[in-house]
Amino acid sequence: MNRYRIPGRGRVDHDAPVSFTFDGKSYQGLRGDTVASALLANGVHLMGRSFKYHRPRGAVTAGSEEPNALIGTSRGPGRFEPNTRATMQELRQGLVTESQNKWPRLSFDIGAVNDRAYMLFSAGFYYKTFMWPRSFWDKVYEPFIRAAAGLGKSPSEEDPDTYASRYLHTDVLVVGAGPAGIAAAHSAALAGARVVLVDENSEMGGSILSDPSVRVDKAGSWTWLASRLAELRALGVRMMTRTTAIGYYHQNMVALCERLTDHLDDLPQDAPRERMWRVRAQQVILAQGALEKPLVFDGNDRPGVMLAGAAQTYLNRYGVRVGDNVAVLTSHDSAWYAAFDLADAGSRIAAIIDTRDDLRADLANAAATRGIRVLKGHTATGTKGRLRIASVRVNPVAGGRVGKPAKIACDALLMSGGWTPSLHLFSHTKGSLAWDADSKTFLPDHKTEACQIAGAGRGLWGYEAALVDGNAAGMAAVKAMGLTISEGRFEVEGDRPGTGSSQKELPTDRSAGKAKAFVDFQNDVTAKDLRLAVREGMRSIEHVKRYTTNGMATDQGKMSNINGLMIAADALGKEPPQVGLTTFRPPYTPTSFGAFAGYMRGETFQLTRKTPIDGWAEAHGAAFEPVAQWRRAWYFPQPGEDMHAAVARECRATRASVGIFDASTLGKIEVAGPDAVEFMNRMYTNPWTKLGIGRCRYGLLLGEDGFIRDDGVIGRMSPDLFHVTTTTGGAARVLNMMEDYLQTEWPDLNVWLTSTTEQWATIALNGPNARKVLEPLVDGLDLSGAAFPHMSVAECSVAGLPARLFRLSFTGELGFEINVPARHGLTLWNALMESGKAYDICPYGTETMHVLRAEKGYIIVGQDTDGTVTPQDAGLTWAIGKKKPDFVGKRSLERPDLVTSGRKQLVGLLTEDGSKLEEGAQIVLDPNQPKPMKMVGHVTSSYDCGTLGYPIAMAVIEGGHDRMGETVHIPMPGGIQRAKITSTVFYDPDGERLKA
Amino acid sequence: MLLINCPYCEETLPELEFAYAGEAHIDRPADPSALTDEEWRDFLFIRTNARGTHFERWRHIGCGRFFNAARDTVSDRFLTTYKAGQPRPDLKEAAE
Repeated sequence: MNRYRIPGRGRVDHDAPVSFTFDGKSYQGLRGDTVASALLANGVHLMGRSFKYHRPRGAVTAGSEEPNALIGTSRGPGRFEPNTRATMQELRQGLVTESQNKWPRLSFDIGAVNDRAYMLFSAGFYYKTFMWPRSFWDKVYEPFIRAAAGLGKSPSEEDPDTYASRYLHTDVLVVGAGPAGIAAAHSAALAGARVVLVDENSEMGGSILSDPSVRVDKAGSWTWLASRLAELRALGVRMMTRTTAIGYYHQNMVALCERLTDHLDDLPQDAPRERMWRVRAQQVILAQGALEKPLVFDGNDRPGVMLAGAAQTYLNRYGVRVGDNVAVLTSHDSAWYAAFDLADAGSRIAAIIDTRDDLRADLANAAATRGIRVLKGHTATGTKGRLRIASVRVNPVAGGRVGKPAKIACDALLMSGGWTPSLHLFSHTKGSLAWDADSKTFLPDHKTEACQIAGAGRGLWGYEAALVDGNAAGMAAVKAMGLTISEGRFEVEGDRPGTGSSQKELPTDRSAGKAKAFVDFQNDVTAKDLRLAVREGMRSIEHVKRYTTNGMATDQGKMSNINGLMIAADALGKEPPQVGLTTFRPPYTPTSFGAFAGYMRGETFQLTRKTPIDGWAEAHGAAFEPVAQWRRAWYFPQPGEDMHAAVARECRATRASVGIFDASTLGKIEVAGPDAVEFMNRMYTNPWTKLGIGRCRYGLLLGEDGFIRDDGVIGRMSPDLFHVTTTTGGAARVLNMMEDYLQTEWPDLNVWLTSTTEQWATIALNGPNARKVLEPLVDGLDLSGAAFPHMSVAECSVAGLPARLFRLSFTGELGFEINVPARHGLTLWNALMESGKAYDICPYGTETMHVLRAEKGYIIVGQDTDGTVTPQDAGLTWAIGKKKPDFVGKRSLERPDLVTSGRKQLVGLLTEDGSKLEEGAQIVLDPNQPKPMKMVGHVTSSYDCGTLGYPIAMAVIEGGHDRMGETVHIPMPGGIQRAKITSTVFYDPDGERLKA
Repeated sequence: MLLINCPYCEETLPELEFAYAGEAHIDRPADPSALTDEEWRDFLFIRTNARGTHFERWRHIGCGRFFNAARDTVSDRFLTTYKAGQPRPDLKEAAE
């Protein structure tokens, strides 16, 4: 039996011991324990080191707001998690845990030297310390900051767990299953509403779990709880424990993260670790209760110092006394009950030290009955004890003067600075808060969503008040849905109502500047830091927060925000509501990336589109590259070939004989209807009226701003039908743009647009022998140069398949693109491969396609253009129908900025030494100019494995069209490359080959 | 995630099914060549950037239709949606 465990007490199973390790040492706890309660049962308070000063720390809370007791947990490879709250992690058999932020060990930590260098690390120290000299940044500051930053260790292996996602629709969602939430769920369910009740803890009950002495409806509170939960279950309420409402979004959508396996001894096969629920509710009831605040005084972070409510929870829920000799320091009535419960359980109460002068008589009497010493009107001015509190220093305060100190020995100090309504989710909705001057706290004010707030969340204290208010909230929620229910009644005996006062840091007789009075425990922010920030000019609470990092740790200021505000307001001489509160943002508690990702990982991270020929490519050893959402064959390496060798071979084979390429990913849109020509004239820059049936044309699409958006070859199949092709990545964008103009600008045009990208498989044949490969398979079409010249299109039969056959070229060679219904794509591919055997037909991938087109100076939209390139810049003025009155982007081509000189224009580049340029490399005219140099452009495309025997590149360069033959310079880490500006057409400039 | 009503489908559906498409009621000039550079600039680039009620266009990916919406840019709340080509609605009426 553990030294601090009370036999038979609490909700843990005393007959079910559970073994676990902490920092390599074995401990025993009980089923139902958290790591924190089990360590405390073993007398272990020291659970971690703080972030900045590496001060020893213990658990301050018993819940999800815990700032200190962050541990690493592990259950095998890939299942290590840092920053787990020891106060939330349930014990499981064989759980391995470790403390964080310590070296070499928790009890002796070198980093604690930061604690002595306290002045160095005051508010804004990042900004002040790491400014100069400039040369220190890379070598000294950055490595230091990176090494020191972060809490815990990142996991080093891929997470083997799975995570699930679900949607849920309900009438009423109740967040928080304490007395208010249970009462709300009960009345809503009785009225006939579908109700979901969620709670982040392992069991429902909230504060009732920590208070068995109260009696509700003539039963002990735990008996009442059990029967009420059974009733809810019978009413069909969906009850979810270990489920945190992490965010409250528009139109009553609440995200819930449900933890499914972390508490289990054995990991069930294939069970998800966590499940993210997206709940849409007609009404949301927030019954999240309140969070206890610490008091701010020197040494308030020492292990053994904890919130009074937490000690009460450890005692009543887990059967653990947090100390033998416990002092209580409070400004709220609630801590007195914790003292009484501990006294009744056998701990000695060293003293109740209350900051207030006026005490409730019944509390004072109850203390006197138990022989507890009470000090009213006192402050605490320090604590002692190396790794655990040994004494607290207290002084009387009279008339604003701090009197002589006295030392009170203790092994635990319970503090309570009052309670803060937990309004995080409410704040997510932009619900406004109003300052309540009496309770010195923010309460919910104006609501933006269909929600109710019940119980301690709106400042009500005591069980009866919470039950009555929860019941009313449930009634209000169902009333909004047209349901009615009569009011519930609750008879509460032994209620523990209370009031208290909030305050800034406690007064002291010592130098306030030397006090380490922590406000934000996790980020090590002290009261002094906040006052310094105000002295240094921070006026808004948002600035104070960022300068000091108060409230910026993973606990999101749950404990520190109001204390920080009280101190900042005092320093500014303003009332707290004038200083304001920082904004709470989702998630309420840290949430695993896995829960957000859900099923969207690995192969299901994103849709992968595959062409009908993809399987063939995979079987023939293709390397693939992603293009938009497509997986495309990149190149086809033969044994022993690297990418360079494979691409060089594919290029040579295509230019020498024939290459075959899967172009099925090309975007395809059918533009059909009586007004199709007019529509095309208005969308594309080119003239379409005179394009003959069976002819095609390179089409250029601009945005209304005059910049190139897309391009592709467009064939006219009939007077009222165009077969439009787009870039692979642009297909959806182009159709969207066309639909936009058709629906909203020109609804009078009689045109239909249909995406046919996935309906056609497209295979390109290129090379001098392309016709010889294709001809034997074609029926119903004369392929001769005279009958079917370059830029023709026809419907015919290829390999017995219905086909749309284009004669066009993206390589500069004689070329055909054969479209067949997608389901026949592989059949056609195999037929062409068979027919091409005699010509050593060579399958090639996207890389060879890129090289071959670059040798001809054909641009790729999105690579050689970047959204700021006009047709003039790209050398495509020939594609503009100059006689057309209008087309999308035409007016912009006359914009002053687009006709000015010195625009970046597309040119070719050849290096003098035959070296390859790097895509994206910046170009300068004068390599000897002082830095920073004037950059005049950049390399857009660069290849070195083509058919020319030397590397080629394209670039955009200011005024490039007028700089033909000039030399430019490309400064690179290894030296400066020199290159000559040339035409973009490197191969067959007269285009003889494609006319073959 | 917002719920948005498509005025063509007459269904209220999750935001995932929709795409934003810029400010509404900006008609493309019938004859752009008649515009001065300044007028054309205003058409291209100058937007109201409203704080509060904003008239804007959305596309319902499901049915493919573009439609108009009035949304409050402070609360991110849709006040109403209406078909493309319809005039700005009277929002007092829509609120009732």
